[in-house]
Amino acid sequence: MTRISRNLARIALVAALSAGSASAQAQVEIQWWHSMGGALGEALNGLANKFNASQKDYKIVPTYKGSYPESMTAAIAAFRAGNAPHMLQVFEVGTATMMAAKGAIVPVATVMANAKEPFDPKAYLPTVTGYYTDLQGNMLSFPFNSSTVMFYINKDAFKKAGLDPNKAPRTWKELLAAAEKLKASGQECVYTTSWPSWMHIENFSAWHNVPIGTKQNGMGGLDTEFTINSPLHVRHIAMLSDMSKKGLFTYAGRTNQGDAKFSSGECAMFSGSAGAQAGIKKAAKFDWSINFIPYHDDVPGAPQNSIIGGASVWVMGGKKPDEYKGVAKFLAFLSQPEIQMEWHTSTGYVPITQASYELTRKSGFYDKNPGADMPVRQLTNNVPTANSKGLRFGNFVQGRTVIEEELENAFAGKKEPKAALDDAVKRGNEILRQFEAANK
Amino acid sequence: MEKRVVFRSAWLPYVLVAPQIAITVIFFFWPATQAVWYSFQLQDAFGLKSQFVGLQNFVHLFRDPVYLNSFRVTAIFSVLVAGIGIAIALLLAVMADRVVRAAVGYKTLLIWPYAVAPAIAGVLYAFLFAPSIGIVTYVLKGLGIDWNWIINGNQAMLLVVMAAVWNQISYNFLFFLAGLQSIPRSLIEAAAIDGAGPGRRFWTIVFPLLSPTAFFLLVVNVVYAFFGTFGIIDATTQGGPGTSTQILVYKVYHDGVKASDLGGSSAQSVILMFIVIVLTVVQFRFIEKKVNY
Repeated sequence: MTRISRNLARIALVAALSAGSASAQAQVEIQWWHSMGGALGEALNGLANKFNASQKDYKIVPTYKGSYPESMTAAIAAFRAGNAPHMLQVFEVGTATMMAAKGAIVPVATVMANAKEPFDPKAYLPTVTGYYTDLQGNMLSFPFNSSTVMFYINKDAFKKAGLDPNKAPRTWKELLAAAEKLKASGQECVYTTSWPSWMHIENFSAWHNVPIGTKQNGMGGLDTEFTINSPLHVRHIAMLSDMSKKGLFTYAGRTNQGDAKFSSGECAMFSGSAGAQAGIKKAAKFDWSINFIPYHDDVPGAPQNSIIGGASVWVMGGKKPDEYKGVAKFLAFLSQPEIQMEWHTSTGYVPITQASYELTRKSGFYDKNPGADMPVRQLTNNVPTANSKGLRFGNFVQGRTVIEEELENAFAGKKEPKAALDDAVKRGNEILRQFEAANK
Repeated sequence: MEKRVVFRSAWLPYVLVAPQIAITVIFFFWPATQAVWYSFQLQDAFGLKSQFVGLQNFVHLFRDPVYLNSFRVTAIFSVLVAGIGIAIALLLAVMADRVVRAAVGYKTLLIWPYAVAPAIAGVLYAFLFAPSIGIVTYVLKGLGIDWNWIINGNQAMLLVVMAAVWNQISYNFLFFLAGLQSIPRSLIEAAAIDGAGPGRRFWTIVFPLLSPTAFFLLVVNVVYAFFGTFGIIDATTQGGPGTSTQILVYKVYHDGVKASDLGGSSAQSVILMFIVIVLTVVQFRFIEKKVNY
């Protein structure tokens, strides 16, 4: 072959290849990276399939990318290399990091407006939108899976201890009294918790209407500072440390290790995600109930409302207009009450629009599954205040680790509760200053 | 007389070493240079904005008591892992060397744990010693010991040291056994004839002759404790409770990968790089001089 004919062949090959990809592009593919494993992943794929079957122009391609921090790291690396996915599911603590990355993301409100898809942020529960909306009221990411922290009791253990199983402790005072009785009845592990920072610092603050940080928990600006060493916080952590010393509180770890301790019957009382219900239903060989988290009854304004956990979907920047249209169509599809209800009832995550909550209630789901509406009721217990809208701290993955480390120091008796929380504030603020400087 | 093999060609030797050099440059020098570059920068997670901040990342680190504590934790951890690992392996090797019957069987069994990846070793130990369901925990409870490394920092340290030592013993054992077998029998027999007991024979003859092996293992074990144990820590304590088992390399990973703080994490890995360089130089310059080859 001469050089010219070889080149011609090469050109023909390239042309053939691009023609092939052009015909494949008749259907626009939209990449969606997520962190929903197991049964949750199947439910998510179900949603994508339903959307793909409902129209021909776009195809959602969901890809499981590991745990929340893992998929976020993967997306950041992909963005740096210039091939980020169209949509990325990010957990709530990553919100501030995503929000500050202005060139990397497109606000959901903008995506919907550009595509002229109907979208009403007011349709969502205020506690949910508050978390993902900027101060000007623009919704930046699409709330997808939201849960909150709940309080569970083992009714059989209550009965055995001579307590009324239908009266779960409502306050920490009642919890302490019940704990003593449970201990006396031979219960080895009385109370445990999953997600210690989320429950005992973040939700604790919202539930008692006290700030986690200045500037509306960080929503009002990057120059926020933690305020979790207030007398109320110190008193609460001191109470838990004391319970730990007396064997009334068993520390289980930083993530959801507490779930198994409760569902196995080892611990009689437990605070953990609303999403833990599915696992408890499956594993527990005892009668249990789901309740509002306890509060200190001498604190004015308590109980306020709890805040969400879970994740939202972020739209990444630098994609083609046609692709954004598909993203908008999919998000509009996800907002439908029927789809929301399907997601809510199959996964245990809270219904995030008022309409889907109403629809689920009318369907009789809550009558058949008593307690399934407790998380929503706790989230909407009161109109959210600046302290209970949510939180937005830069690099909060790191910040949360710092809080958890210091909580462990307090629970283990290595540090006085006040000193531990002071250190958490000091170390946390340094992370916030670092983030502020990096995102100026 | 010295015999030298010389390449006639001017370029052939360079071609032959080129792949090795390419691998070293691409996988060692390039990332290392990047780490040094990043350590002087402050970046947001997505790399949209970056500013040159000089030594600020380093200043932050050395003002951070948690980072300084991580040095202490790493020192304790390395000394324990290297010390215990070498001591037990030496004992096992000496014992295995004396076994006459079924020696191959013993040796094979002792080498097995090395086939287990550190992360798997970590998971195994995490299960065995799990605070509520572990078998060993159950036994300890029976003995009246309250075992909960989730909250007890010393127990957590003990757990990761045990897992790390267990994983590394086979490697040490193999080298000690080879070292023991290369010691001439005649030396030991001569000492025995002179009336030296087993203990004396070991300390005056066997141990000095093993010292090159021991020195080599010391270097390898310290490097292992610094870097190779990452999987064990990640699979068990993840640095907790508090910061009781947060060794330097784990903090690099957490800050860089999980918390997307590239500048701080790079500064830490640059410091780690220096520590390893210094350790290696010290070990070869000073300790090696005292070793009999």
